[in-house]
Amino acid sequence: MEEVLFFGAALGALGGAVGVVAMRNPFYGVLALIVHLFSLAVLFLLLSSAFLAAAQVVVYAGAVMVLYVFVVAYVGGAEESAWEPIPGQRFLAPLLGLALFVELAIAVLGSSLLALGTEGPEVEAGFGDPAAIGTLLLEKFLIAFEASSILLLLAAVGAVVLAGRRDGDVPPAGGAPR
Amino acid sequence: MSIEWYIVLSSLLFATGAVGILIRRSPIVILLCLELMLNAGNLALIAFSRMVGNEEGQVFALVVMVVAACEVVVGLGLIVAIFRRRLPLDVDALRELRG
Repeated sequence: MEEVLFFGAALGALGGAVGVVAMRNPFYGVLALIVHLFSLAVLFLLLSSAFLAAAQVVVYAGAVMVLYVFVVAYVGGAEESAWEPIPGQRFLAPLLGLALFVELAIAVLGSSLLALGTEGPEVEAGFGDPAAIGTLLLEKFLIAFEASSILLLLAAVGAVVLAGRRDGDVPPAGGAPR
Repeated sequence: MSIEWYIVLSSLLFATGAVGILIRRSPIVILLCLELMLNAGNLALIAFSRMVGNEEGQVFALVVMVVAACEVVVGLGLIVAIFRRRLPLDVDALRELRG
């Protein structure tokens, strides 16, 4: 059963990733990324991290992807031209990606981590539930928690400053100024 | 399933995201491919956390999610600002800052 779930979710994640890279229309790319994120949430559940799976679905596939959909709808899903600035880029890049994968696989599988071949130690039922994560966040990783809240605040302020109206804006063609 | 499978899948997803960043030119799609790479890192962190048997790796993954959300917000804000000025949404055409 676990194998079936793993390979199903792995196929979904990989298919979603390839879809993001290959879709010419950014809107379909966003939809492919949502498939990818849901499959990753299933993998997180298989790794017994329930809270992270829930956060993945709610925060990522929910909130962040809605933001993407809005921006793609605002900007307009323009398809890319086939013009290639660097000759052979489309053929060289997959080769480099393959080399990166081989390198990462060798680095991981060639390491002397004996536990890699196991399923990990037996864990109790509460492993990775919100209570455990929350205790860790508020006790051991309090500084990281506070730093990430400051980072979120800065990002929100930065987005408002960046996307706000200013003098250099060109009004939309034929539309009344909003 | 042994942990190796998750790690190999994570490196495959990371390589896919890297290829996307290399071959695509729309900044929106480049941000999407960055998400792929960050999520591959998350999968590796969570797999290692399961391998070791404590939850600290999951906290790291949560912080990565926060950073990814900030990156998305700032990146999309930049894209909206570029679009407002009617500049081309193409990372090869936007070369004004190049020295």
